[in-house]
This record gives sequence, structure tokens and C-alpha cells, in this order.
Amino acid sequence: MDDARVSSCGADGELTLDGSVPVVEITGLWTKFGRTVVHQDLNLTIENGEILSIVGGSGTGKTVLLRQMLGLERPARGCVRVFNEDISLADAKHLQQLRNHWGMLFQEGALYSALTVFENIAQPMLELHALPPDLIRDAVLLKMNMVGLGPEQANKMPSDLSGGMVKRAALARALALEPKLLFLDEPTAGLDPDRSESFVSLIKSLHRELGLTVVMVTHDLDTLFALSTRIAVLAEKHVIAIGPTREVVRVDHPFIKKFFLGARGQRALEALDAPEGAYAGVYQHSESEL
Amino acid sequence: MPLSQEPTLTLSPDDAHRPSVSAGGTWQVHALAQGGAMDTIASFLKTLKDARSVAWDLSAIDSLDHIGAQVLWNAWGKSRPPALRLAPEQEEFFRRLETTGKLELHRPRKQRLTVVMKLGFSMLSFFEHLAAFTQLVGQVTQDTWRFARNPLRGPWREISANIFHAGFQALGITALVGFLIGVVLSYLSAQQLRNFGGDIYLVNLLGMSIIRELGPLLAAILVAGRSGSSITAQLGVMRVTEELDAMLVMGISHGFRLVLPKVVALAVSMPLLVIWTDMMALIGGMVSAKIELNLSAQYFLQKLPDAVPLANYMIGLGKGAVFGILIALVSCHFGLRIQPNTESLGRGTTTSVVTAITVVILADAVFAIVFNGVGF
Repeated sequence: MDDARVSSCGADGELTLDGSVPVVEITGLWTKFGRTVVHQDLNLTIENGEILSIVGGSGTGKTVLLRQMLGLERPARGCVRVFNEDISLADAKHLQQLRNHWGMLFQEGALYSALTVFENIAQPMLELHALPPDLIRDAVLLKMNMVGLGPEQANKMPSDLSGGMVKRAALARALALEPKLLFLDEPTAGLDPDRSESFVSLIKSLHRELGLTVVMVTHDLDTLFALSTRIAVLAEKHVIAIGPTREVVRVDHPFIKKFFLGARGQRALEALDAPEGAYAGVYQHSESEL
Repeated sequence: MPLSQEPTLTLSPDDAHRPSVSAGGTWQVHALAQGGAMDTIASFLKTLKDARSVAWDLSAIDSLDHIGAQVLWNAWGKSRPPALRLAPEQEEFFRRLETTGKLELHRPRKQRLTVVMKLGFSMLSFFEHLAAFTQLVGQVTQDTWRFARNPLRGPWREISANIFHAGFQALGITALVGFLIGVVLSYLSAQQLRNFGGDIYLVNLLGMSIIRELGPLLAAILVAGRSGSSITAQLGVMRVTEELDAMLVMGISHGFRLVLPKVVALAVSMPLLVIWTDMMALIGGMVSAKIELNLSAQYFLQKLPDAVPLANYMIGLGKGAVFGILIALVSCHFGLRIQPNTESLGRGTTTSVVTAITVVILADAVFAIVFNGVGF
């Protein structure tokens, strides 16, 4: 089994961040928990600079897929390459380099509860053991400013923050080392519409400003339509459709029909004011390909 | 990694009236953090007498990020130098720094406490704990009354689960520790007694010390470490995950469902554990006595009832029950006070175990005084 995994991934390349290769490349991925198969022969490619949203019903393994890309789960078969580096085979040094180039926003924020907001955001910078304290101080305050947290929030503990503030602080921490790749797990879950709106515009402006590649798992149709450049739909243990929003919506599949074309989906779609594009980019796996 | 070149600064005094500094390489956080890049930059900046008077050219930088921009910005005294050449895509970073302006971190005012104030605070906190503990005892008393009036609707499942975890699963460790202490005690006493020719008094010595004192205390200390910490951690995690609040919302009383079962379970299982520990310690003592003094097990067992009056055994069992109740109450008290963060959870568990053991030893001292004429 191990040999198969090595050969299926091909030779290990150099770590590339210049965009000549896909940022994330998943081929033939199987994930198993005991006897439950979560992903079966899943393929997914994420290009540089896009905002890809992963959608799917509950329990279809969206978060697990994110965790696979972060190296928090091990593939049972197949391989996951991030920045052209197979993360299940990478050695410790390469993994650390990888980790310094991505940021993850966990669903519940996952701020260190024993540290203040400032210390939380400063943590990744302190870990480098190279930056002078006054630079870290300025950089943290700038990051906080970028996500809309004033300096008066710096000394608060995570337990004293509201849900929206926690998300912002966690985003600032995810952005601390200027990542090229940002993972968001349900970024707007638990936020009121007003806050989700401002969170969406925040991500949008950061994406533009920092040239980020964003991978996002979300249930929120408004966020989905407002942000994504492409959508990947996860069902039946693999990606059933991937492409720009308007095209994925047209794909004839019971899950997609139910997910996007219900009353809520219709409303969100109407609000989506995007020019009609050609349907060339859509790619649909057919059953026979399995 | 091929992507980053070292960030560089070069001074070229070519212009007649104004020297210029041009920056090159990668000015991103990972390049800056590599090797001694930051030190090189800092020492270069030190050689410039006035960073704002020179002309700056950043157009040769191949990639810049916010932290790299911040390094230069700080070198310029946090404002744009009069002569600055930027590549168009670098403009964004400095515009942000400029519009953001100066951000001040408000240091929280450090509280300087005098010794007297610290003493005052610790006294207050002690009284607060005492009040909360009293409240908990009151709550448990009420719940016990409720349980006694209507035993069929009591939390039987929780009680039996707790007896299993705190009692049955502790049998192994208490047996091991009890046996070893018995062996050690018997071995050391035998050597002393032989000096005085009082070999046969070993039974009195061992019986009295183990049954009246060591058995209950050993069992209590082990249970405090084992079950006390787990009770505190369990309640603490329930606080963190809001399970405690969920119970309140559904009208399920913490006292009746969480505290009472643990108190009852430990009150039941601790005396049983004391019997078990006593037994194991005496067996250990017998084994050692046989080897060291050639005292037969038969003689040991025959002599034991005469040497140790029954009252001692009863005191030991009573101690067990009281220690069990105290351990359960102390661990629940600290468990329910844990704040929803990881640090508080760790600190609370430590404090809980230390306090439980201290309280057990204090209670032991009280027993020694109260029953000072009984059982000899």
C-alpha cells in the first residue's frame, strides 16, 4: 500500500510558491475512519489566487478534506500535494516551511484561551525567533487593524470576546505570517448577517491586497456566492462538480438541485449580480469515471 | 527553498548632495527571519545617521509584504521619507501604513500589591471559598433529603457508575500500594523490635497502625489523586463545553445529578477500599514477618483480634466514609468553579487534588483528637 502511494504521487518537487503549479493538488484521495469511508478516489486541484469554496451536505467530509490539506489527517490512499510538496511524505523541515506559508481559521477560532488577543497573534511571529519585539508589536497591531480590531482589544482574553471578535482575532492570527494560502472553515457560521457581510468584504479585500489563495468550507449561500471564484461540490464521497458558481448551479444532480435551487438558494442567486459566463469551465465527474 | 533571496540594503553615495539607499531581494517575513538577516539590516540602519535624509529606492525589491514594509517604515521613524522611489505594487503597503497611523498598545496598568494587600486578597479568597463550600454542603444536604424522601427517583445510574470508576477501578492500585507499605513497615519494625526482644509485638504494631491509621489514609490519598482529579476535570470540561449550562436550562440540578452521586459513591466505596487496603497491607506485613522474624501467618491471624480491639476497625471504616465525602465535596467545589479556559482547568485540577489531600489529613488529625481514648 505504501509503495502504491509513493508511486501515485510521482517524484517530489521543489517547494514552489510562484504559481506555476497548482497550489493544492489532490489525486485519488481515500480517507477512512475505521471502516467508514469518507472520501473515495477524490480529485481536486486548486489554482493560485482563486477562492475555492467546498460545499456539501453535513457529514460529507468537507472539514476532513481541509484537515487532509493541512496534514492533520493521513490519507488512506492517494496523495495530497500542497505547493508541490506531498504533505504525508514531507520531512519535518519541509513541513515547517509549508506551515509558515499557510494560515487556517478554525470554525470556533481556536484562539489559545490562556493568552491575550495580542499574544495570540504574536505567537506565530515569536516562533520564528528572529524578529525584534518592537517590530512584532507594530506588525500585530497592523494585523489587528486590518481585520478591524482596535488596539484597545489587544489585552483582552479570548473568553471576553464576542463570537465575531473571536473570528476576527483568529483571522488576524492566521494572517500573521503573511500566508500565501488561507484555509477558512465555516468563516461566517454563528455571525449575524451584518457581521458576516463585513467579514465577507474583509476576506475580499485581503484576497485582493495580499494575493491570497483561499480555500473555504461554508454552508452560508450568501458568503458562498459573494466570495467564491469556483465552487467544488462534495457528495457521494468525491467531488461531483467543480467550476464557477453559475455553472455549478446548472449541473444536474439531486444534491446540487436541493442545495442551490431551494428557496434560500434562489434568493441568494438572485442577489448574485455576476455577468453570465460561458459554461465551458465546468467539469462534472460522471459515475462511469469511478 | 528557492523562492527567497536575502533582503539587502546598499548605500550608494553617487548623487552629489544626497546619498541613496537601494533595497533589493525578498523583503518578506520568511526571508527576514532566515539567518541573521534582521541583524544585518539593523546594523546597516545604525550606520545611517539620519535615515530620512537619504534617498530610498525600493523598486529593486522583488517581493514585499506587510512585515517587510513595517521594518522599513520603522526605520524611517514611521513616516514617509521625502525621497522615496516605489514600484507601483508596493504603494499599497505603505499607503496602508500611512492611513493606519500610529497604533499604540495600551499596556494594562500593573497592579502593585503590597504584602498587606496580598494577605488581604488571599484572606478574602479563602473566605469566598469557605462560603461557596458551605453552600455546596448545604446543597448536598438538601439533595440528600430529597433523595431519602423519594429514593426510587434518585440518580442510581450515576451512583453505580461512580462506584465503578472510583471504587472498583481503584482496587488494583490500592492493593499494590497497600501490600508494599505493609512489607516495608513490617520489615523496618521487625529490625527494631528484635533489638528489644519484642518480636511478638509486631502484630500489635502493624495491626494498630494499619487498621486505625495507614489503611484509611493511604486509600484516601490514592482516591484523592485518582478520582478527585478526574471529578474536577470532568466538571471543568463540562463548564467549558457549556454542558453545565445546558443542564440548568433543562432544569436538571447540578447538585442532584452531579455532586450527590459522587458524594454517595465515594462514601460507599471508600470504606470498602479501606477494608481492601487494610487486608493487603496486613498480608504484606505477614509475608515480611514470616521472612524476617519467622512469625507464622497462623500466629499473626490468631493474635490480631486481641491486639487490635474492634473499635479501631470501626474508626478506620468511619474515617474512610468521611474522607470519601470530603474528597468528593472538595473536587466538586473546585470543578464547578473552573472558568471556561484551559489554564483555569489545569490550575483548578491541581488545587483540587492538593486541597483534597490536605483536607483529608486535617480530618485525620481531628479524628485522632476526638477518638483519643477509644480502642486501646
